[in-house]
Amino acid sequence: MLRLILRRVLVAIPTLILVSMMVFMLQKILPGDPVLAMAGEERDPAVMNYLREKYHLNDPLPVQYAAWVGQILHGDLGKSLRTDVPVKKLIADKLPVTTQLSVMAMIFALILGIPSGIIAAVRKGTAVEMGANMAALSGMSIPSFWLGIILILVVSVHWHLLPASGYVPLSEDFWLSLKTLLMPAFVLSLAIAAYLMRHTRSAMLEALSADYVRTARAKGVPAYKVVLRHALRNALMPIVTLVTLLLGELLAGAVLTEQVFTIPGFGKLIVDSVFNRDYAVVQGVVLCVAAGFIALNLLADVLYIVVNPRLRHS
Amino acid sequence: MNTASSATASAVPPRSGSRAWAKFRRNRTAMLGAAIVLAFVVLAILASVLANYDPLKVNFLAVRKPPSHMYWLGTDELGRDIYSRMLFGARASLMVGLVSVLIAIAAGVPFGLMAGYFEGWIDGAISRVTEALLAIPFLILAIALAAFLGPSLVNAMIAIGVSAAPKFTRLTRGQVLAVKNEDYVQGARALGASDLRIIVRHVLPNVMPPLIVQATITIATSIIAEASLSFLGLGLQPPNPSWGSMLNTAKNFMNQAPWMSVFPGAAIFLAVLGFNLLGDGLRDALDPRQEK
Repeated sequence: MLRLILRRVLVAIPTLILVSMMVFMLQKILPGDPVLAMAGEERDPAVMNYLREKYHLNDPLPVQYAAWVGQILHGDLGKSLRTDVPVKKLIADKLPVTTQLSVMAMIFALILGIPSGIIAAVRKGTAVEMGANMAALSGMSIPSFWLGIILILVVSVHWHLLPASGYVPLSEDFWLSLKTLLMPAFVLSLAIAAYLMRHTRSAMLEALSADYVRTARAKGVPAYKVVLRHALRNALMPIVTLVTLLLGELLAGAVLTEQVFTIPGFGKLIVDSVFNRDYAVVQGVVLCVAAGFIALNLLADVLYIVVNPRLRHS
Repeated sequence: MNTASSATASAVPPRSGSRAWAKFRRNRTAMLGAAIVLAFVVLAILASVLANYDPLKVNFLAVRKPPSHMYWLGTDELGRDIYSRMLFGARASLMVGLVSVLIAIAAGVPFGLMAGYFEGWIDGAISRVTEALLAIPFLILAIALAAFLGPSLVNAMIAIGVSAAPKFTRLTRGQVLAVKNEDYVQGARALGASDLRIIVRHVLPNVMPPLIVQATITIATSIIAEASLSFLGLGLQPPNPSWGSMLNTAKNFMNQAPWMSVFPGAAIFLAVLGFNLLGDGLRDALDPRQEK
C-alpha cells in the first residue's frame, strides 16, 4: 500500500512544477505593464528602470522563474502591486471565508445528494427516479449567479428572512455568520449535490445488483437493512473520493457566488485582482488553488487506496 | 433491451447508427432535450425576423417597463426591448457554445490521439501538461485567459475552448488506449498502414461516440461559462446583448425591475438543461458501457 501511495505522490510533483511554470508565464502574458502602473503619471524613464531593476523584470525569464520559485519555497508569495500587502496575508485573510462557505455548501450537497441518489436507485424505473434525475440535471444547469439574484430578491428583499450579502466571521457572531452564508452556500451546493446524486444513484444501482445483496435478500434481511448496510457501504467507496474532488470544484464555483453575494473571499480576490491587473495576487491565488486541487486529488487517490481492501493489502 | 429488438438484432444485425437512433427516440427526456435545443436554434436563426424592436435601440420614454403586450418581456434600464435582446442573446450564447467546443476539440483531441496511440514519453509529456491544466479549475482558467486576451465575444470563445480542451485530451487518450489493441487496428497495422492512416481511419471513428457525448455536455458548460464571463464583464461588450451581460446590468435593478433578471436567467437555464438532457440521452444511446 505504501508503495502505491508513494508512487502517486511522486507523480504529483511534476504536475505541480508544470502548474507553477504556467502560473509564472501567466504573469508574463497578462496585458499591461505593471511598471507603467507603478511609475505614476510622469512615467520617468529613470524611475521605470529603477522599478524594473527592483523587481528583476530585466532578467532573463528562466532566472526570474528560478528566483520566483525560490521565494515561494521560502513561503514568500510576493506583494500586491497595488496595495503592497503581502499576497500571503491576503490569502490567509480570505481563505477562512471561502473555506467556511465551501464546507457549508458541501454539507448541503451531502444532505441533498446522497439520500436522493439512494432513493432514486431503490425506486428505479418509477416517477420518483425520473423526478430525481430531472432535479439533478436542473441543479447542474441552473446558473448559480442567477439563482443567487433571484434568492436575494425573494428571500432578502421581499421576505426579509436572511441578509442579502456580506460576511460576518464565525468568531464575531456565530449564528449571524451561519445565517449570512446560508443562501450562498445553498446556491453553491446545487451543482455538487447533482453530481453526488447521480454518482450515488449509479453506484447504488451497481451495488444493489451484486450477488451479496441478492444473498442478503434471500436470507431474509429486511429491505432497509439490505439497502443501508449491504449496498450503501459498498456504494459509498467511490463517493468518498468524489467528495474530496468536488471540494476543489467548490473553490472554483465560489468565484461567482462570492461576486453575487459580495462575500470577501477567495473568489472575489481572484476577480478583483484580475480586473486590477494585480499579477502578483493573481499568480499567488491561482497557484494556491492549483496546489490545493492537486493535494485534494492526491488525497482522493490515497483515500481510495486506504478504503479499498484489495488495494490496501497489495 | 426488449425481446423484439434483440430478436431482430440476432437475425439481421442493423447498423449501429440506426440502433442508437431507435434507442434515442424511445428516450423521452432525451427527445425533450433535443426539442429544447432545436427551439433555441430556430429562435437564434430567426432572431431578426422574430424581434419586435431593434435590440440596440434606446428609448428613454420606455425605461424599465414591466412586461406588457407592447413589450412582451418588459424593457431594460435604457428602454430597450428585453424580448428582442434575448433573441439576439440566444445567437451569442449558442455561437459561443458551439465555437468553444470546436476549439476544445481541435486543441484537445489530437493530443489525446497522440498520447494514447504512441504512449511512451509522448504520452508522459502530454499527460503531465493535461494534468497541470486540469489542476487549475475550469472557470478560473477561463477568467484568467479572458482577462489576458481582453474582453470580447471571440476572446471568451477562445478562453472557454482552451480551458475545456484538456478534458477532451484525457478522454480521447483513455478511449484510444481501449481500442488500439483491437483486431481491426492490429489488422490495419499488419497490412502496412501508416500511423496517421490508422489513427484517422481506424482509431478516430471508434472513439467518436464518447467524444460526441462529451461535446454535447461541453456546449452546456460553455454556455454557462460564457454567461459567467459576461456577467463578470469579461465577455460580449455592451451594447450588444448576451444573456450573461443582461444579467450583469439587471442585478443593479433587481428590486425595481425584476423582469430584467428573471427572463435572461431562465433562458440560460433552459438552454443548458436542453443540452444536458440531450447529452444524457446520447450517452445512453451511443455509449452503453458508461452509466451516467
